[in-house]
Amino acid sequence: MPERIGITLKVNGEEVRQEVPVRLNLADFLRQELALTGTHVGCEHGVCGACTLRVNGRIVRSCLMLAAQADGCDVQTIEGLAASGEIAALQNAFIEHNALQCGYCTPGMLFAAADYVAARRPPNREAVREHLSGNYCRCTGYQSIVDAVCEVAAQDATKGGHK
Amino acid sequence: MTVFDAPNSYIGRSIPRPNLSRLTQGRGTFVDDIELARMLHAAFLRSPHAHARIVKIDTGKAARLPGVVRVLTGTDIAAVFKPYVGVLTHLQGMRSPPQHPMPADVARCQGEPVAMVVAESRAQAEDAVEAIEVEWEELPAALDMERALEPGEPVIHPDFGNNLCWERNIDTGGVDAAFAAAHAVVEETFHFGRHTGVTLEPRALIADYSKAEEALTVYYSGQSPHMLQGTLASRLQVQEHKVRVVCKDVGGSFGIKIHTYGDEMATCAAAKILGRPIKFIADRQESFVADIHARDHRVTARLAVDKDGHILALEMDDLTGIGPFSMFPRSSGVECNQILNLTGGPYRIPQYRARGRVVFQNKAMMCQYRAVGHPIAVAVGEGLVDLAAAKIGMDPAEFRRRNLLPDDGYPCKSAAGMRFEGLSHQAALAKLLKLMDYDKLRAEQAALRKKGIYRGIGLASMIEVTNPSPMFYGVGGARIAAQDGCTLRLDAAAGLHCLTGVTEQGQGLEAVMTQIAATAVGVTLACVRMHTGDTDKTPYGGGTWASRATGIGGEAVLQAGIELKRRVLEIAARLLKTKPEELDLVESKIVKRGTSEQLMPLYELTRIVYYRTNELPDDIQPELVVTRHYRVKDYAFVFTNGVQASYLEVDTDTGFVRLLKHWCVEDCGRAINPKLVDEQCRGGIVQGIGGALYEHCIYDERGQLVTTTMADYLVPMPVEMPEMEIGHVETPTQTSALGAKGAGEAGTGGAPAAILNAINDALAPLGAKVNAQPSTPEVVLKALGKI
Ligand code: FES
Ligand code: FES
Repeated sequence: MPERIGITLKVNGEEVRQEVPVRLNLADFLRQELALTGTHVGCEHGVCGACTLRVNGRIVRSCLMLAAQADGCDVQTIEGLAASGEIAALQNAFIEHNALQCGYCTPGMLFAAADYVAARRPPNREAVREHLSGNYCRCTGYQSIVDAVCEVAAQDATKGGHK
Repeated sequence: MTVFDAPNSYIGRSIPRPNLSRLTQGRGTFVDDIELARMLHAAFLRSPHAHARIVKIDTGKAARLPGVVRVLTGTDIAAVFKPYVGVLTHLQGMRSPPQHPMPADVARCQGEPVAMVVAESRAQAEDAVEAIEVEWEELPAALDMERALEPGEPVIHPDFGNNLCWERNIDTGGVDAAFAAAHAVVEETFHFGRHTGVTLEPRALIADYSKAEEALTVYYSGQSPHMLQGTLASRLQVQEHKVRVVCKDVGGSFGIKIHTYGDEMATCAAAKILGRPIKFIADRQESFVADIHARDHRVTARLAVDKDGHILALEMDDLTGIGPFSMFPRSSGVECNQILNLTGGPYRIPQYRARGRVVFQNKAMMCQYRAVGHPIAVAVGEGLVDLAAAKIGMDPAEFRRRNLLPDDGYPCKSAAGMRFEGLSHQAALAKLLKLMDYDKLRAEQAALRKKGIYRGIGLASMIEVTNPSPMFYGVGGARIAAQDGCTLRLDAAAGLHCLTGVTEQGQGLEAVMTQIAATAVGVTLACVRMHTGDTDKTPYGGGTWASRATGIGGEAVLQAGIELKRRVLEIAARLLKTKPEELDLVESKIVKRGTSEQLMPLYELTRIVYYRTNELPDDIQPELVVTRHYRVKDYAFVFTNGVQASYLEVDTDTGFVRLLKHWCVEDCGRAINPKLVDEQCRGGIVQGIGGALYEHCIYDERGQLVTTTMADYLVPMPVEMPEMEIGHVETPTQTSALGAKGAGEAGTGGAPAAILNAINDALAPLGAKVNAQPSTPEVVLKALGKI
């Protein structure tokens, strides 16, 4: 197997061509090669959810994916998601409810939360807790995160109804 | 009118935190986000054995691998880094031998670092670690704390003769007589498992040594920058003022990131040797084996009561294993010490006898983690209280009402010698019972029991040590500041810079300090800029631990603000040709006192002070900067009190515990930002629940930690956690003008007791009880006799 491999992908809408070590995971690629440090690494074994981001529109754990596997993909990191304006309401709700303390889990948590909101699911606390259970937060105790997500999900309900 | 009830006061308001926008955009700066020119990366070879002699280390093959710059062993590091001894002299008789960042002779627990590779990338460093060859001679290990003092157990430090690190005894003298005269006595042995902090951001540090300047800069994810500065200066022999410790964003700390870790110290030593910046980021597996662990206590305790349910005496014996050394510089004796100080603390207890023993063992080192000792002290005290109430047939809430210290009985002193300035146990309990609708809940519980549903209600009253004086560490010889400082500086455009020695770990410190500064000076929140976590810039201080940041750091901000405002008004009065008493500074405007009539915007005054000093009278100093430091004087600790309740359901077939609801009433004195207090309580409660139900560092019989992934070591997930309702009683402390006490640890301190009591309440009709945490399904099923 070659040690390095060339990849071409889209990151936050921009095309990136790079040669990467075949063993480099996507989280490390984004952080170390592209200096997109908003993607956090908490466990590197797929449990904590801190590294959650979007690949081709779906949320994935970037510590479990190799950079090489992202060849040809459309990757969105927290920097891109925040700049897009898509999660402005969620960000405001997180700030309002103090749904983050240290903020280390927050980028991944926002992706998971955005996934819930984008699916137009109802502001049901149990369902939100269930949906976020792949994302660990060691600081908040989760209640404020559930408050924030439910608030935004409820706003969405007034706008266009839930699925 | 005080600064607190002025109409423009920000104190007591739940304003959002100023640093959150950044963090919700992925624009934080955690240590691993920092890249320095020519930076290298460290990885460690760790002992695979619990106890083994290092016969030989061959680094030759590793050193030749691509990207490797240097391979260093314990001997190399010891040449530049002086050993340290983790004892406090006021914990009399405590002993621990000198410790090196990496041992050269014997590894005394699995995970202890014994060699390090410094390479161009972390991946290359890790590859080279695999290529280091070590010849080990395995030694018999002392693993079980219960056997550590038995003759015939391996002695970890032969010079000591046995594995005892420290022993403490308290005896008020009349315990035996009180037990002999008791109407009822209850006794229990409690087991508390080891757990650890699992900060989501692992420990992280970059050390950058400049040989040209003989100066060391350390970017650090930690809680106490000045403490680390002192440690590094003295051990690495760099002049202290040339050691700079910078803490930017810290991804959780909880007491984990405040100790002297061999890997971190070796990284700093290697930076001095190589003269290049070196980054060390612990991975999750390293965190589990090398972060400090906590708890791991076995407590046997008994309580004597009279026929009316009044407590007569408490006796307890605590045993804890702390790993092979006592941690520098805080020591590993403090958790045991706290348990002896705090058990039964909320109650009037005439007679008390306690013994605590701290022993060495070949497991990871233990030290202070969030709520140090409180979860155990509270679970033991509250567990006994519930047993006693049951034994004499009294409702546990009523039993507490009879025995809790009366709210009008302060100041007073506990049987263990703790002095209480002013607490509100009775009011807090009353508020809690109302909040949870106790009687209705009891009725619901009884109705469901008839249907075979086992629900339990658990109460836990507690006290918490906050705002410590030097009696915690300083008197014991540790270089840990008990005081803290603040500099406030008004700049030319009337921006207010607030520099503080206490640090932000996510608890919201920057918001709290902003509120105090803006209120005390009289400026808008928006013009305050916070500076924390930099030993070159901030006043000297202890940092964030023992729930001290708001109470101690905040008082320094308040005092600096009051003085700065006085200076502003003095200058304004001269400029406006009036008296300072006629003026006020409100929301960045000089106004006529008692009115909102603006006489001059603050920026006009600062402009004159900085640019047109010719307009100032000659005797006015153009000086809009004030530094104030504050220390707690009259009490060793400023205690808070609180009470929690848990409502849960036990599945008697599977042993699973479902948490239905949690309540907490907390009295942390003046609440600067009630929302942040609530969130500290909630986050703390969930960490307490983690230890009570899930989290456990499990070792096998050879001293190998088997819970080294987050799939094996379970931390609470959203779906399992209850909704938490928080209430407050406010009894401001008179030891400061601010009146704030700490709020960071009570949640963690009280939750395990509430959970334990609730499980036992649920199991009571089945004649079963648990006495071990975490109370896993296995523990519950064993208690039920089902496995
Ligand atoms: S870092 Fe990817 S799941 Fe934890
Ligand atoms: S805010 Fe710290 S881990 Fe979630």
